[in-house]
Amino acid sequence: MKEKAVLEMKNIHKSFPGVRALQAVDFTLCEGEVHALMGENGAGKSTLIKVLTGVYSKDEGEIYLKGHEKAVAIRSPQDAQNLGISTVYQEITLCPNLSVAENMFIGRTKGMGVNWKSMNKMADEILTSLDIPAKSTQQLASCSIAVQQMVAIARAVDMDCKVLILDEPTSSLDEQEVAKLFKLMRDLKSRGVGIVFVKHFLDQVYEICDKITVLRDGQLVGEYEIENLPRVQLVSKMLGKDFDDTSEIKDDSLTYKGEDASEKIFEAESLRSNAGIKPFDFYIKKGEVNGFTGLLGSGRSESVRAIFGADRVVGGTVKKNGKEVKIKKPIDAMKQGIAYLPEDRKRDGIVGDLSVRENIVLALQVLQGFFKPFSKKAQYEFADEYIKLLDIKTASADTPIKSLSGGNQQKVILARWLLTHPEYLILDEPTRGIDIGTKVEIQKLVLKLASEGMSVTFISSETDEMLRTCSRLIVMRDRKVVGEISGDDMNQTKIMSTIAGGGRDDAE
Amino acid sequence: MSEKKKTSGAPQMLGAKKQGMTDTNLLLVITIVVFFAMYLFAIVFLGEGFLKTQSFLDMLGTSGGLIITACGMSLVMITGGIDISVGGVVGLVTMCCAVNLDQSGGNIVTSMLIALGIGLAFGLVQGYLVAYLDIQPFIVTLAGMFFARGMTTIIHANPFNVQHEAFTEFRTTTVEIPGAGYVAEKTGKYIPAQVEVGVLVALLIVIILFCFLRWTKTGRNFYAVGGNKQSALMLGINVKRTKFLSHVICSVLAGIGGYIYFMHVGAGSPQNATGMEMDAIASSIIGGTMLSGGVGNIIGTLFGVLSLGTIQKIVGSAGLDDAWWTGITVAAMLCIFLVIQSIVIARKKKALK
Amino acid sequence: MTQNKVEKKTTASGLFGRLFRHQLFIPIAALLLLVIFNLIMDPAFFAIRMEINNAGNNVLLGSLVTILDSGSELAILAIGMTLVTSACGGQDISVGANIAIAGSVMLRIICGEDARAEEVSVGIVIVAFLVAALVAMLFGAFNGLLVAHFNIQPMVATLILYTAGRHIAAWVNNNTLPKINDTSFGYIGGYIPGIPIPTPIFIAIACMALIALVLKFTALGLYTQAIGVNENSSRLNGINPKAIKILSFVILGLCVAVAAFIKVGRNTTINYSGVAKDIEMDAILAVALGGNALGGGRFNMGASILGAYVIQFLTTTLYACNVESSELPAYKAVVVIILVIMSAPVVRDKLKDVGKKLKSKKNVEVKEVG
Repeated sequence: MKEKAVLEMKNIHKSFPGVRALQAVDFTLCEGEVHALMGENGAGKSTLIKVLTGVYSKDEGEIYLKGHEKAVAIRSPQDAQNLGISTVYQEITLCPNLSVAENMFIGRTKGMGVNWKSMNKMADEILTSLDIPAKSTQQLASCSIAVQQMVAIARAVDMDCKVLILDEPTSSLDEQEVAKLFKLMRDLKSRGVGIVFVKHFLDQVYEICDKITVLRDGQLVGEYEIENLPRVQLVSKMLGKDFDDTSEIKDDSLTYKGEDASEKIFEAESLRSNAGIKPFDFYIKKGEVNGFTGLLGSGRSESVRAIFGADRVVGGTVKKNGKEVKIKKPIDAMKQGIAYLPEDRKRDGIVGDLSVRENIVLALQVLQGFFKPFSKKAQYEFADEYIKLLDIKTASADTPIKSLSGGNQQKVILARWLLTHPEYLILDEPTRGIDIGTKVEIQKLVLKLASEGMSVTFISSETDEMLRTCSRLIVMRDRKVVGEISGDDMNQTKIMSTIAGGGRDDAE
Repeated sequence: MSEKKKTSGAPQMLGAKKQGMTDTNLLLVITIVVFFAMYLFAIVFLGEGFLKTQSFLDMLGTSGGLIITACGMSLVMITGGIDISVGGVVGLVTMCCAVNLDQSGGNIVTSMLIALGIGLAFGLVQGYLVAYLDIQPFIVTLAGMFFARGMTTIIHANPFNVQHEAFTEFRTTTVEIPGAGYVAEKTGKYIPAQVEVGVLVALLIVIILFCFLRWTKTGRNFYAVGGNKQSALMLGINVKRTKFLSHVICSVLAGIGGYIYFMHVGAGSPQNATGMEMDAIASSIIGGTMLSGGVGNIIGTLFGVLSLGTIQKIVGSAGLDDAWWTGITVAAMLCIFLVIQSIVIARKKKALK
Repeated sequence: MTQNKVEKKTTASGLFGRLFRHQLFIPIAALLLLVIFNLIMDPAFFAIRMEINNAGNNVLLGSLVTILDSGSELAILAIGMTLVTSACGGQDISVGANIAIAGSVMLRIICGEDARAEEVSVGIVIVAFLVAALVAMLFGAFNGLLVAHFNIQPMVATLILYTAGRHIAAWVNNNTLPKINDTSFGYIGGYIPGIPIPTPIFIAIACMALIALVLKFTALGLYTQAIGVNENSSRLNGINPKAIKILSFVILGLCVAVAAFIKVGRNTTINYSGVAKDIEMDAILAVALGGNALGGGRFNMGASILGAYVIQFLTTTLYACNVESSELPAYKAVVVIILVIMSAPVVRDKLKDVGKKLKSKKNVEVKEVG
């Protein structure tokens, strides 16, 4: 083993039926470093981590840990914990029915009994020290998602670990919370903990990491010091081709932005849903791309959900081409030509066990009606057409969608809605958690659709994506619309100041 | 920051009490309140019969076996499983013990060992199939129920009363509860309140299980596994062993419950304990255990059994003697409780948003 | 060249794997085992003969006819149970109780107050069936409402009717035992004069044809499966999950009514506590045996129906081996457990590993020869 290395994985192989997920991958983590694990979806990052944490058993290869002479055997998450490897997963892996304190300590205390008093006390201490707004005795389910994620991090950090794995831990955190996490990571680093960081968001990777290991198609591309690897190169290493994403998009966006003369196609007045947003006004023109921006939890998703009727609408009116239409349920919106790609792909988007074909025809079938089913033949025609059009990588139209990679799943959902030929397409975080190649494809597609006359609302956590695609931004804070930016004002600083601006006023 | 400010605002004040309470405790409180309300109603409208300590103790006596089996059922349900073989196991235990005592020359000790052994055997097999072969608990225990019911008639097809002397003496032994009796009006004699041994065993088991679930790591693991299996695994809990254990405990408790039931009825019959699994499930649900797992409490289950007993008695003393009324009222009660539970949980979820 | 070889190999192992993983593998394997078992025990089991029965009709008799005949109710119930399982991710355990109710209602209408009917007109039978179907569908809707609207798990929600159903059935007829003495009514559960095949088989075939048409000419299949897999997503795609869930229970209610019709036809009376006893368990087993996930989602209707007949085959086989009806469950349980263990993914994976090893050995041999 190398000097200073806390963890060394050598020649790791893992295959699933039909897929070679990992082939001869090496990975070395040193003391006191933050090491980014990068790669497109399906590159094998998650598999490598799950092998390391004992969720999957490896087919071949060895894992060495500091302080163990021989290769260690990790057969279950329990083994991994005992060896000092703690993990925070992308999805929250805590038990919602237990208290915050229990979630922090279950499965890792010694002895037979549970000492509630001391456990709660210890939990409260950790919670205060990390500035997490939760009580130890609170049931976890009553905390917000962000707090739950922080609790998961607190648990991992509190373990006396040598290796800390953070698999997309920041996707549900807002900026302050991310800053808090980064501070914590630096603390741990100085104590000699090795941290593995998996994240698609390049800014965060470059802010916190020391080294990058790149995987592609289950194979190791290389390990790099962060200062020796500019972003463009990283992206090209991940994709396996020379590629400059930003420049390509910009050209497109310049061509298609804003056709001011066209009519307002959809208008909403003091629209309100039961998801707890303030009434808001909204309009979109034909062929326009606009966006909702704001921090997580600012109400941007809830707003578009209200337009689509995904949450129960409790007030306000929606007009199409100046005529009032009633939208109470998703089907009403669909009949008016609205399509909605939801924020949470796994929960609200894909129908996992069904095939790609069924997933694609689903929305159109519902529009067509219960008593007019499409024939198998028609279904295959639709599916094949869109698989080709959007370049969806799938073994066949009959493959269950859940076995596709995240980016391709998203494309299937997109195909589902494009098939209904909507007049107005709402995309809520279509690029979250998918690889850069697909991200760029989706952004390009949005602009292309708009140029063909479709109205699009585009929501993304990454502001530069919004700047590239949208011609008008609606800014939200505290569940209400606080401003609108368009034209020359469209830049990072203006957006940031609008998002944050009012906050200072409140404080004064 | 702004979001946090928001959540600590007005909406939380409204639901502050509810939010401070875990699902488990909330449902437990509802159960206990409903039980006392029901009992009070019975005392006010149906009179004296419900006031006597002895009549309450008799009710306990009838449901001693059910309390134990229902507790086992709750354990399995908390881990997110179900065991519908318990009624069959109870029936099989009674028959085997009866045959052992009267026809194979056994004694009390051997019959007890048989009861425990049957429970353990069912638990080991079913637990292994559910936990380690990952087969759905409903199917496994369904087969378990079929097997137990069939075996009961194979062992002995006809019902008979146990004549074994020592056992008869043992089963009629009662324990006096000091100070709970009353003075009979006519004779002026003090009539002590008596309770069957089985009831004491049942209560002891309730206490042990309550402590087990509350203060041991294994007990908490039950809740974790029921709350989210995948998460529990990631948190380093041995999910398979936990599930296995829950089934073993449940079946062993069914064995013990079967013996207590046997002591109460003193007969072996293929008709013994028919539908008991449904009574056990109903008691657990009324007691605030959710079939989806992760939520439940043993004390609640005890009250669930008592509520079932009380409602049956109320129906009886209200003059609705026809057999179907009991079944229909129990079903109606179950229905009401399920609806209450689902409304409460849904409200709570909404309040959080 | 090399590519060609690789392809061949994958198709060969793929074929084996596909066969093994195919949904119909388990029910067909079970059926074959039963057939082989019977061939060894008593080949006469498969004999079908033409005989004159008590009523003087020339009819087909034999164990195979019995299986198809008495499996009718189960097959019909399996249809509804499959839909409920798929849409709701749970099972209805109240079908037996609901059959008792529907049967009781039917008899109440045909027999009236005095619980006796000497002559029965076709009209009243139709009315009785329609009313009973309505009642059964209403109870189905009640179950569906609890499941869809109050989010109660199906097994628990239907526990209510399971507990109350047979009592309600007794109450409908005031606990009397109505009896239909018209022999022509018995045609429903027996033979129509001149036709050598038992009537229930025709009813079952009609039901199967009906559901096949429904699945072909409506989007019911896609909707139920989509809801079963991901309810949230289905709702956002414009499907109304609550309505479809209730619909699945209503369809099951209709199946129940038809099954009750056959049951009443067979017995011309009703035993409230005994009629269709444990049939819910058999129906659920049929769905499971057909390889459908009891957790909902994807379903294969044909496999469920086949599963139902396999279970009836097993029952009849056991009877042929002189097993008492009350002892039947014990043997059934053993068979069920063996089936379930065989179909358990864990066990299958292990078997597959063994298969792979065997095959790789063969491959090595082939290579050496080549």
